[in-house]
Amino acid sequence: MKKVEAIIRPAKIDDVKTALVNAGIIGMTITDVRGFGRQKGQVETYRGAEYTIEFITKVKVEVVVEDDKVDTVIAAISGPSRTGEIGDGKIFVLPVEAVVRIRTSESGAAAI
Amino acid sequence: MAGSAHAALAKTPTDGADTLLMLMGSALVLVMTPGLAFFYGGFTRAKNVLNTMMMSFFCMGLVGVLWVVIGYSLSFGTGFNSPFIGGLEFMWLNGVGGPLGDAPLADGFAISATSFALFQGMFAIITPALISGALVERINFKAWFWFVLLWSLFIYCPMCKMVWGGGFIGPFGSIGALDFAGGTVVHISSGVAALVSAALIGPRNVWPDRTRPPHNVPFILLGAGLLWFGWFGFNGASYFAAKAAGFSFLTTTTSASAAMLTWCLIEWFKGGKPTAVGAATGAVAGLVGITPAAGFVSMGSSILIGALTTVACFTAIQIKAAIKFDDSLDTFMVHGVGGTVGALLTGILAVKEYVPADYFPLSAKILEESGNFGMFIAQLKAVVFSYVFVGIGTAIIIWIIGATVGLRVSAEDEERGMDIVSHGEEAYEPMTN
Repeated sequence: MKKVEAIIRPAKIDDVKTALVNAGIIGMTITDVRGFGRQKGQVETYRGAEYTIEFITKVKVEVVVEDDKVDTVIAAISGPSRTGEIGDGKIFVLPVEAVVRIRTSESGAAAI
Repeated sequence: MAGSAHAALAKTPTDGADTLLMLMGSALVLVMTPGLAFFYGGFTRAKNVLNTMMMSFFCMGLVGVLWVVIGYSLSFGTGFNSPFIGGLEFMWLNGVGGPLGDAPLADGFAISATSFALFQGMFAIITPALISGALVERINFKAWFWFVLLWSLFIYCPMCKMVWGGGFIGPFGSIGALDFAGGTVVHISSGVAALVSAALIGPRNVWPDRTRPPHNVPFILLGAGLLWFGWFGFNGASYFAAKAAGFSFLTTTTSASAAMLTWCLIEWFKGGKPTAVGAATGAVAGLVGITPAAGFVSMGSSILIGALTTVACFTAIQIKAAIKFDDSLDTFMVHGVGGTVGALLTGILAVKEYVPADYFPLSAKILEESGNFGMFIAQLKAVVFSYVFVGIGTAIIIWIIGATVGLRVSAEDEERGMDIVSHGEEAYEPMTN
């Protein structure tokens, strides 16, 4: 099993969710996060004063799937997330050692 | 408009419509103070928003009482027979009116004296609240209490007497300056006090490298909207007559509209985008600029005043940023500069026919004999005197407070945030709560 973590633009979350559901993914977790990458934040101007916003607001999407669905998930996330501009985000794939469904105590693939 | 209150025992009967205008105007002016709290609160960091809003809100409590006890009497009494300060005869509003029938204010005015005292009290409340914008995010709240108390008594009340209460700056005094609704009394005095007190209290510890952008821009727009709404009372009711209110309502809104538009156009031209904060600031600048002029200038002039005030305030903010002066929320740059420009333009643009001799004797005489240039000189004298008086007076008050209760919170407390340190509260609960 793998966990796919994607940091994406907040404006893209609805499209990504729809693409994941259409790809057969039945669950996901999203979190409001802040951070920066190569673009090193952004500059905002208020009343003529410039402020460097180092941590830009993003959304993190987390999906746990069996290994053979990882490519499908990556495609479902990266397609709608891409604008071609700096700040589109990143996708990380991590190994998952165990999954347990709390309600039934099922584990492994059955718990996903 | 001059408030030669109680100068003569009234022979004019009170008029219901005029008095109702004053009561409505008072309510409108009062709402400006919570509006200002939102305006200022939006600019600060999330951990300082309650303290920032309290610095305005609290004035409704402290000055609301102070005004009735002694402030009104010092501003509009004549007991001391002085051109600088009133008297003690109206303490506790004695002799101003009672529940069974108000006395008219004075001969020629058809409003009740209590409605005048109430209306003026609302101005007294918002003026120190305006100063807070220069001091937020670092002043100790106990120091703020004493500052509002002392500043109201020793700076605001004399200014009010000198300009509106028959004192020497206004149309009944030796300078003969015009101040329709508070360009000098409210905006120049709060702006200069902001400049001096911000200089003496020093910059925020995080400033300028770690300052944050406004934490809630919608608050700023809400506050600016409430200020604009309340300003209809501020200016609209300052002729004390319902039949004349429409004109100053109109000049007020045209100036604000022109000022907001100008600010947006400048930003559009300079930075490519008109900002919400800029629009809100522009509107307030236009409202400040028209305040001394609202009943004295033509509709076209009101648009010009709005546009020119915006240019002046925008430039002042750029200069402030360049010289790195920490007036946290630009109080001097908007109110001080805006009030000054408005006061001077009042002299240049005042229409002679709008300044009748029975209400503004010396000003009308100046306009008659020396025209707008003479009026400009009178306005200039009033501005210079106000800067000197308010500047020195505020410095003394700040020095006294600094030497006794202390002005600032500790660097550690400034880092923790003023809300929790000064009030034991937080504006926004943690997500895990």
